[in-house]
Amino acid sequence: MQDQNKFNYIIQQADNCLILGQRLAEWCGHGPVLEQDIAMTNISLDLIGQARLLYQYASEIQEEGKTEDDLAYLRDAWDFKNVLLVEQPNGDFGKTIFRQFLYDTFSCFFYEELMKSTDERLASIAAKSHKETLYHMKWSGDWVIRLGDGTEESHNRIQQSVNELWSYKDEIISINSVDQEAEKAGYGVSLELIKNKRNEKIKAVLEEATLSTPESDYAHKGGKEGTHSEYLGYILADLQFLQRAYPGNQW
Amino acid sequence: MVISKSQIEEILDEVKDPEIPVISIADLGILRDVKVNDDGFVEVVITPTYTGCPAMMEIERDINNALKKEGINDFKITTVLSPAWSTDLMTEEGKARLKEYGIAPPNPSNEEDIECPNCGSYNTKLVSQFGSTACKSLFKCNDCLEPFDYFKCH
Repeated sequence: MQDQNKFNYIIQQADNCLILGQRLAEWCGHGPVLEQDIAMTNISLDLIGQARLLYQYASEIQEEGKTEDDLAYLRDAWDFKNVLLVEQPNGDFGKTIFRQFLYDTFSCFFYEELMKSTDERLASIAAKSHKETLYHMKWSGDWVIRLGDGTEESHNRIQQSVNELWSYKDEIISINSVDQEAEKAGYGVSLELIKNKRNEKIKAVLEEATLSTPESDYAHKGGKEGTHSEYLGYILADLQFLQRAYPGNQW
Repeated sequence: MVISKSQIEEILDEVKDPEIPVISIADLGILRDVKVNDDGFVEVVITPTYTGCPAMMEIERDINNALKKEGINDFKITTVLSPAWSTDLMTEEGKARLKEYGIAPPNPSNEEDIECPNCGSYNTKLVSQFGSTACKSLFKCNDCLEPFDYFKCH
């Protein structure tokens, strides 16, 4: 291994992308209308693309002759370092939208900062991904406003999702030892900086959507250390089935 | 005799985007560079449009096949991410071909008023930011009533 901390740092974000991409893909063929079905699977594809770029780089740092596929298909739940937010179930369309919005408001500012990474490869992955997350944040933000400021039914339902997901919003900007070391070394970003920008964006959109902000700032944590909710096991069972049942199988 | 860069470019002109078979990878801006060293070793540099673009693998295979068909076996294909692909890299000819094919080309100066590629009307409406592929959004023409794809600025 060239750099254990850099590997861990990349895996955190790669796992966020892969798991959320998988969750969104569950909507394929089930979207409320065709256009939004396509939107969700488009975003899913972008996320899986970003995950691939990150896993490819991580596997090179790992120097064990493994590939991106090994990292995606052959690790266990405790090896995954995604935040709990991205593994939360899709729920109704509003819940998927709000989960997406919480993620997009992180990833957009995260990649914006990561573009300044001292690691050129990470900086170029970030520049590429940032362009995509701008679309995603526009889409999810517009929908939060439309549902919140929509009918009584849509307002109540997305408010319910806001309340349910609120305690999952802050793990993604919580700082662990991997983040600390990455920032110190120069290839990582300042999560403190991202937190402020992100909070402002969330506040502005919720206001426009006429949605109220839950009072408690309690945050569920554990995903970044590999302690997950029961949902991740089921996601991986689906995602990894083929490689587990038929090891080494290829297209 | 060592093959020249322009000969390689001519061969690669036959490699089209698998999703939009009227536009070459050069016109689309995916083909970033062609290098030929003194020994005749060829390097083809490409860049993805979107990170998850499923066409990239197919494009690599098509480049591979096109070069081998012309007897060129000494080459490699490199993918670069930086600077990131942008619709600004698309050539004017590429844009014209898109329009002919029925896809509205990217319009960086004004993404609100998009011309319908079927009837030329500007009385069009965005239906969805996400279209049939990651690089396109879906529009509808209010005059001829036809839906169409718009290759969005990126």
